[in-house]
Amino acid sequence: MSAIEFHNVGRKFGAYEAIADVSLAVRDKEFIAIVGPSGCGKTTLMRMVAGLEFPTEGRVTVNGRVVRAPGPDRAVVFQQFALLPWRTVRENIGFGLTCTGTAASEKRKLVDHYIKMMHLDGHADSYPHQLSGGMQQRVALARSYVIDPDVLLMDEPFGALDAQTRTVMQEELVRLARDNPRTVLFITHSVEEAVYLADRIVVMGKKPGCIREIIDVSDVRTSEAWQELGIDEVMDLPSFVHLRTRVWRLLRSQMDDE
Amino acid sequence: MSTLDEIMPISVRVWWTVAGFLALLGLWLGVSHSGLIEARMLPGPETVASTILRLMHESFAGSTLQEHLVSSLGRYLLGFGLAVLIGIPLGLMMGWFEWLDDLVTPFFEMLRFIAPISWVPFAVLWFGTGIGGPLLIIFSGAFPPCLINAYRGAKMVDKRLIEAVRTLGASNYRVIKDVLLPGSLPSIVTGVRLSAGIGWQSLIGAELIVVSSGIGYLMVQGQANFATDIVMAGMITIGCIGLLIDFSLRVIEQSISRKWSQGGGSQ
Ligand SMILES: Nc1ncnc2c1ncn2[C@@H]1O[C@H](COP(=O)(O)OP(=O)(O)OP(=O)(O)O)[C@@H](O)[C@H]1O
Ligand SMILES: [Mg+2]
Repeated sequence: MSAIEFHNVGRKFGAYEAIADVSLAVRDKEFIAIVGPSGCGKTTLMRMVAGLEFPTEGRVTVNGRVVRAPGPDRAVVFQQFALLPWRTVRENIGFGLTCTGTAASEKRKLVDHYIKMMHLDGHADSYPHQLSGGMQQRVALARSYVIDPDVLLMDEPFGALDAQTRTVMQEELVRLARDNPRTVLFITHSVEEAVYLADRIVVMGKKPGCIREIIDVSDVRTSEAWQELGIDEVMDLPSFVHLRTRVWRLLRSQMDDE
Repeated sequence: MSTLDEIMPISVRVWWTVAGFLALLGLWLGVSHSGLIEARMLPGPETVASTILRLMHESFAGSTLQEHLVSSLGRYLLGFGLAVLIGIPLGLMMGWFEWLDDLVTPFFEMLRFIAPISWVPFAVLWFGTGIGGPLLIIFSGAFPPCLINAYRGAKMVDKRLIEAVRTLGASNYRVIKDVLLPGSLPSIVTGVRLSAGIGWQSLIGAELIVVSSGIGYLMVQGQANFATDIVMAGMITIGCIGLLIDFSLRVIEQSISRKWSQGGGSQ
């Protein structure tokens, strides 16, 4: 059984068909990157897994169960962080644990662990507006990881960050994915980010939104041990350059269709 | 605000206020001593001032001015408190549960047009002239701003925050308490301030008709005795206390909205 399954999923907004006939099976602990032209329905697809949106055709299942509502088994990391401005870093990270009724001592231990892991030491009692964008996104990542979800859904999580911070966060995410493997759906506009992070890359097309091609990266990544290398080293590898060009061409052809 | 301060320094503006106040006082003093209007109809400011002092240690209509004030304030706090305690949670819940919104809004929209004073006959019939009747009248005035502002505040909270906590497993209760309530705090505080003002106005209206103590009752008794100075003393007390209530809530409101804009109430 796959972790996430889309069965002939379609979504209409009124008469407008945003997504048509998407089928995809995501394996357990697989890192999927989704790329595609703006408006092709990437966010909508992800929201249907989160339970924030529902298909008008077909169905979406997580661990075999049809998604009917949001739940802590499917954590979402938003582009705009969406941290509670009136809560400290510690309280924001611990929020999900409070919701699930985790014991205070256990909660403290877990939150402390993620504060350290995300290099947020010394900021535990700061408020989100006192942190840089990169730090806020670390808090959001920690908040999602700490509840130990089966599935992590990330919608352009680094889209609001500057280039340097973004690179640091990408490496951070690879480290996280290596040490705590999870099933991940990762939406991005950056082809390099997709190739660097994903096991498989889903390239979408639009009018209506659909899957055009799925590119497997996991074999190359494992055989060349990318996760042991820094992002700049990986980006110099011929295999990386080759994949990047391939994805980029596909993406370009989707955009030229407009 | 800052532009006006730049054109006219604060001290100058304070002087204008003082000047306006003195001019009014002077006019009152002048007219009352001109013989144009009978002193019984328009007592001078000095007479009203001494009446206020006299009412403070001599009882009239059963109690001293302070005792009337305490009984008014007690009634007021009860009605106002009840409005806050019911209005805010209900408003937030209506902002969250659509069915509750659909259920309550039509009734509420209709009730809103019944001014607090129009509740008097009903309030007396149902709750009598003791504590119940006046309470309902204050409540009917103080309740709508609390409800409406909590509701509007909740509706304006960043949807992404709500979605974020829902994906973290937040229950309805947690969405309301941890996101909608803090997120709409500035709007709620404004509602509470408006409700405090309307509640105070409604209270006096209620007291004019239904009770046997309080500032409103004192004024009615003054009127019955043709004591214009007592009526005016009552009005001045109402105005001053109202001003005081509004001022303190304004201070709280400003400090909260300042904190919120600093703290980046939203992204
Ligand atoms: N709630 C909605 N109501 C109406 N139309 C919507 C709604 N949500 C999405 N759409 C439409 O569905 C299409 C897909 O939107 P979606 O946000 O999923 O695209 P996307 O691939 O995430 O785009 P981007 O890369 O710009 O984020 C768009 O045309 C959008 O206008
Ligand atoms: Mg999107």
